[in-house]
Amino acid sequence: MMYIGLFITYIFINNFILTQFLGICPFIGVSKNSEAAIGMGMAVTFVMGIASLITYLVYHLLLLPLNLTYLQTLSFILVIASLVQFVEMVIQKNSPSLYQALGIFLPLITTNCAVLGIALINITSGYNLMQSFVAGVAAGLGFTLALVLMSNIRERLDLHPVRKAFRGVPIAFISGGLMALAFMAFDKSLLTNLLG
Amino acid sequence: MAENKIAIVSKGLFKENPVFILMLGLCPTLGVTTQVINALGMGVGVIFVLVFSNIFVSLLKNIIPPSVRIPSYIVIIAAFVTIVEMVMHAYAPSIYQSLGIFLPLIVVNCIILGRAEAFANKNTIVDSFLDAIGMGLGFTVAIILIALIREVFGSGTITLFAMGGFDGVIKIPLLYTYPVRIFTLAAGALLLMGYLKGFFEWFSKRKRG
Repeated sequence: MMYIGLFITYIFINNFILTQFLGICPFIGVSKNSEAAIGMGMAVTFVMGIASLITYLVYHLLLLPLNLTYLQTLSFILVIASLVQFVEMVIQKNSPSLYQALGIFLPLITTNCAVLGIALINITSGYNLMQSFVAGVAAGLGFTLALVLMSNIRERLDLHPVRKAFRGVPIAFISGGLMALAFMAFDKSLLTNLLG
Repeated sequence: MAENKIAIVSKGLFKENPVFILMLGLCPTLGVTTQVINALGMGVGVIFVLVFSNIFVSLLKNIIPPSVRIPSYIVIIAAFVTIVEMVMHAYAPSIYQSLGIFLPLIVVNCIILGRAEAFANKNTIVDSFLDAIGMGLGFTVAIILIALIREVFGSGTITLFAMGGFDGVIKIPLLYTYPVRIFTLAAGALLLMGYLKGFFEWFSKRKRG
């Protein structure tokens, strides 16, 4: 029950892009067509899930016992960077077709705030291993949802007459703002209504 | 030569403003701009990290092998971010609290890695330093502008330092009683950013004629 709550929280209520401002750069940069958006979203979800697990283990098995918690930022970003590299190599070797689909997005993920963000949020919220993993995957899916919705909006917008100054990035921000307004409908009371 | 140096600093402020023109570092731009003081704290943190990472990347540009340059830059940046975190925790705990997760996230701020990759690893130490100052100031000015608009309309206040008898909060009469709350929320931030970007695009086109 608790995991379902966590899942809904990170996809809808605390959607990373639309309420937490994490991962805005790819939200604007990679949302021009929907295929790329799905690829990017899947790659991010995958890395976020694994990164949540590994950063949890690094923090609780390495940093806490050795009293090195001040190295948190440094060690997390190193873990994420090497993880992304590793995932890239594994996918390239085992599944060339998946690599074709995700390949170009993987290097971008290292500097995606959402990945380091979920690692830090897991630690500050005091989640256990399983909760961290669920939160990571759910946050990744929330990210994908927002990205895919946005890319579809932008594909439609290309066909509409938009004032010259607003074409491209500005109108993308404004559509994002309207989407965020819609997402305000999801709040804590949704969770209590659903799960009691 | 002197004009050249001034151009390096000023391009970060206007022609290549990281926030409004290059569209880099957007997460903190929207995340911490609910209060002016937070934007100021963020700006100072970013300037510090940017200056030192640019200097060190420029110093080490001949030593770091090209194939591992990105991880090396990230380590350099993360080290300085950790310093900023510790200093802010000790001397400005309230700003540290309100910046929260966005302070460690300076590591993945695209501006810093972007400048290391695009400028500091090709240029001299002095030029890299000036570039960092220009870009950092451009970022700070931009987020303070956004924070000012969001705070004035969203809460009707301007929060600055507490000094002497002044508690650090300026209240704006009418807006304080009837604030436009949407500006403090995520939706308002995205909308404002869209309209500002549109305005700057219109403005720069008009100036060019």
